[in-house]
Amino acid sequence: MRAFDHKAKYTQLRQLVEDVLKEAGRQGASSAEVAAHSNMGLSATVRLGEPETIEHTRDNSLSISVYMGRHKGAASTAELSAAAINEAVSAACSIAKYTAEDPFSGLADADLMATEFPDLELYHPWDIDIEEALTMALECEAAARDYDPRITNSEGATLNTGQAVGVYGNTHGFVHGYPSSRHSLSCSVIAQQDESMQRDYWYTTARSATALDAAAGIGERAAQRAIARLNGRKLKTRHAPVLFRAEIAGGLLNSLIHAISGSALYRRATFLLDALDTPIFPEWVNIEENPFVMQGLSSAAFDAEGVTTSRRKLVVDGILKGYVLSSYSARKLDLQTTGNAGGVRNLSIQMGDQDYDALLKTMHTGLVVTELMGQGVNPITGDYSRGASGFWVENGEIQYPVEEITIAGNLKTMFQQLVAVGNDDDYPGSTRTGSWLIESMMIAGE
Amino acid sequence: MLEIVEQQLLAPAGLEQHHLDLVLDHLMGHQIDFADVYFQSSRLEAWTLEDGIVKEGAYSIEQGAGIRAISGEKTGFAYTDELQLPNLIQAADTARAIARVGQNRSIATAEGGTGRQLYAAANPLDTLSRSDKIALLHQVEQEARRQDPCVQQVIVNLIAAYDMVLVAGSDGVLRSDIRPLVRMNVHVIVEQDGLREQGTAGAGGRTELDFFTRNARGLDLARDAVRQALVNLRAVDAPAGSMPVVLGPGWPGVLLHEAIGHGLEGDFNRKGTSAFAGRMGERVASPLCTVVDDGTLEKRRGSLNMDDEGTTTQQTVLIEKGILKGYMQDKHNASLMGVDSTGNGRRESYAHLPMPRMTNTYMLAGEHDPQEIIASVDKGLYAVNFGGGQVDITSGKFVFSASEAYLIENGKVTTPVKGATLIGNGPEVLNLVSMVGNDLELDAGIGVCGKEGQSVPVGVGQPTLKVDELTIGGTV
Repeated sequence: MRAFDHKAKYTQLRQLVEDVLKEAGRQGASSAEVAAHSNMGLSATVRLGEPETIEHTRDNSLSISVYMGRHKGAASTAELSAAAINEAVSAACSIAKYTAEDPFSGLADADLMATEFPDLELYHPWDIDIEEALTMALECEAAARDYDPRITNSEGATLNTGQAVGVYGNTHGFVHGYPSSRHSLSCSVIAQQDESMQRDYWYTTARSATALDAAAGIGERAAQRAIARLNGRKLKTRHAPVLFRAEIAGGLLNSLIHAISGSALYRRATFLLDALDTPIFPEWVNIEENPFVMQGLSSAAFDAEGVTTSRRKLVVDGILKGYVLSSYSARKLDLQTTGNAGGVRNLSIQMGDQDYDALLKTMHTGLVVTELMGQGVNPITGDYSRGASGFWVENGEIQYPVEEITIAGNLKTMFQQLVAVGNDDDYPGSTRTGSWLIESMMIAGE
Repeated sequence: MLEIVEQQLLAPAGLEQHHLDLVLDHLMGHQIDFADVYFQSSRLEAWTLEDGIVKEGAYSIEQGAGIRAISGEKTGFAYTDELQLPNLIQAADTARAIARVGQNRSIATAEGGTGRQLYAAANPLDTLSRSDKIALLHQVEQEARRQDPCVQQVIVNLIAAYDMVLVAGSDGVLRSDIRPLVRMNVHVIVEQDGLREQGTAGAGGRTELDFFTRNARGLDLARDAVRQALVNLRAVDAPAGSMPVVLGPGWPGVLLHEAIGHGLEGDFNRKGTSAFAGRMGERVASPLCTVVDDGTLEKRRGSLNMDDEGTTTQQTVLIEKGILKGYMQDKHNASLMGVDSTGNGRRESYAHLPMPRMTNTYMLAGEHDPQEIIASVDKGLYAVNFGGGQVDITSGKFVFSASEAYLIENGKVTTPVKGATLIGNGPEVLNLVSMVGNDLELDAGIGVCGKEGQSVPVGVGQPTLKVDELTIGGTV
């Protein structure tokens, strides 16, 4: 892909951010913050051995928040012409004249702004042209289709590569940004046997092309996953232990983060209200966020408000030790921001010493869940009910695939009933966890 | 309308109609079967009330052009947020490079249709003054708080969007559309004796903001959100297992959207990846079921004068008396399958490729009195409100999550139960429909459908209906 001149882009966006901050001041803003992004990418998809789609992506955006005292207005534009930017700035300022005074609004405090900007090695542009991208996608899909005659159809394989520059600035005088890149290769195929047709996928993603898993391996794993699902059965309705496979166990960590995030807390819209310094997991559980992972997919030295990020433990020996706050939610709760405007960064749970097979033995009889469907989580009560598919296990060994069932429980109880976390974190993404074994959940089926 | 859109969208960039021909000529050529250029300019304004104050307002601008070149089954795509001719030519060069890779095969393309107006070409952002928008938000909030002292938190969102599009295709299509869209959502949290619960309500459509002030519709939403939260506060654990389910009218039509709608989109069927592929003319539902996708309903959220390829929308019969009759098509998939586009080619924005998408999908009314349907169930579930759903179109398995449901015991609706996910198999579930009510309703206008990372507004609807057996993901 044609490299874009990230230094020139950075200079351009930085200038833009500074100009817009000044313009907001001219229009009466007492403080303001601006974020500008520019990215460029290529996406090449092949299907059944032929090129299918080539997309060239090129996105720009600028967002601004202005404060007139404690009145806030916001605007954004996906077009960076002078006319569009002017329209956005005046819209934000005009809106701020109508919003109510909110004593908790405003920039994060000036003394919290990041002052150190370590190189986290986030920028590794990939000099790949369309032919090379297609070749890699073709290799990936071919490996899946050649893996087994039961792979009868394909949704294709896609290679994505993208690079971006982002700059954030506010009227404290903080203006910083950095380039980043991200590449991925994915494959989705269909397995068929008798009346059963099943689709599954696999992918790899990284900041650097050299860190991607091999194309053939991605295809093979997609094929293995689709084949393993063939001829799934329903289960009888029952209680049983449930093992959340590593690649979906991260979703349980996300539910935890949502429950301890500032906006859920100040709205009292969480099942973990007032849970700070109380045990929410068994005492062997430790959970950490580390924004400084080299080449990490969500690494950053400052958050969406310019506040310095920090490596910290959210759960220590099963006890909740930290919330996830922005400056706004922190003020609402009379606390200090945790540098999490924009979310948590590179979350990980301390892994145990059992691999996947050992976890199956520990479970003995129960359900392995490899896919969840739907959004059935009530963040206020913690009630959890989702569609699932996976495998039924007896005597520590997989017996047959299962589908068209649900699993249900309550997150608060599920966290307390965590029996083990495996060391099988063999999946892509910024969250690191092994599989989670939960003591018991309700499975609904026939 | 074309003149207005040309003037507002193209003229500022110095573009005239003959420039579009120039870009299309540039795109076409050796081994390109079809090409189009999609111009879009959107404005959106959103207001949020929380903690009793309108604390946030946000305005957003989106503008650009997407350029697509198709060669057989291959598509090349590029876009730009700079509408000047040199940028368009550059994007066209990039997009048409698709013809140079792999093998080529020719296709024929379908034609667009004539004009028609299902909604006013007005900018809804200006249909209420900013002061009036804020006053409306406060009225809705106060109405919610007035309902019950248990109400702890009220969040009200008001969104108005104005979308102007123009499509020029190598098949001679040159059409434009102006699409207003408004929506209000009310979210309340109630607390009593240490128990907390939530309720939500929302409505909207392709209309103006006075939609919420006329007939006190905004206040109705407030009352409904509180009512639902209070019901959930006294809900008991939902049952687990298979049993008869009666679905209420309107929004529970999300069942149709997930169970069969996605599976009948042309792309999945052309590729043979849908559980419904190759089943045209076969029985896929009980004879009581007739299901349509209809983009022609006035002012509805899922309605469009034309789709994003310039094809006039229509009512497409998907299932007629239980027999599979039609797929939803965009131009590309229609031509590869040798049929006409059904006006279902939609895209999230100029920066996304069009594909077959639903508009308003619903089941036609049947003959039963809804009370009679409930009375026919000894032990089952009555579900009237849902959150989202999801489908695996290949295996056919789908879920949708009830947010307001009750037990049916001895033919009567009794205790409310907690939210639970319902799971079924798309190609089977409509065969299990044994009663269809005479009370067809469309949803209130809040649906968002996601497919391959693209979101578009849609509508759903259905009469009360009874499914003899669905799996309910409760805990007892």
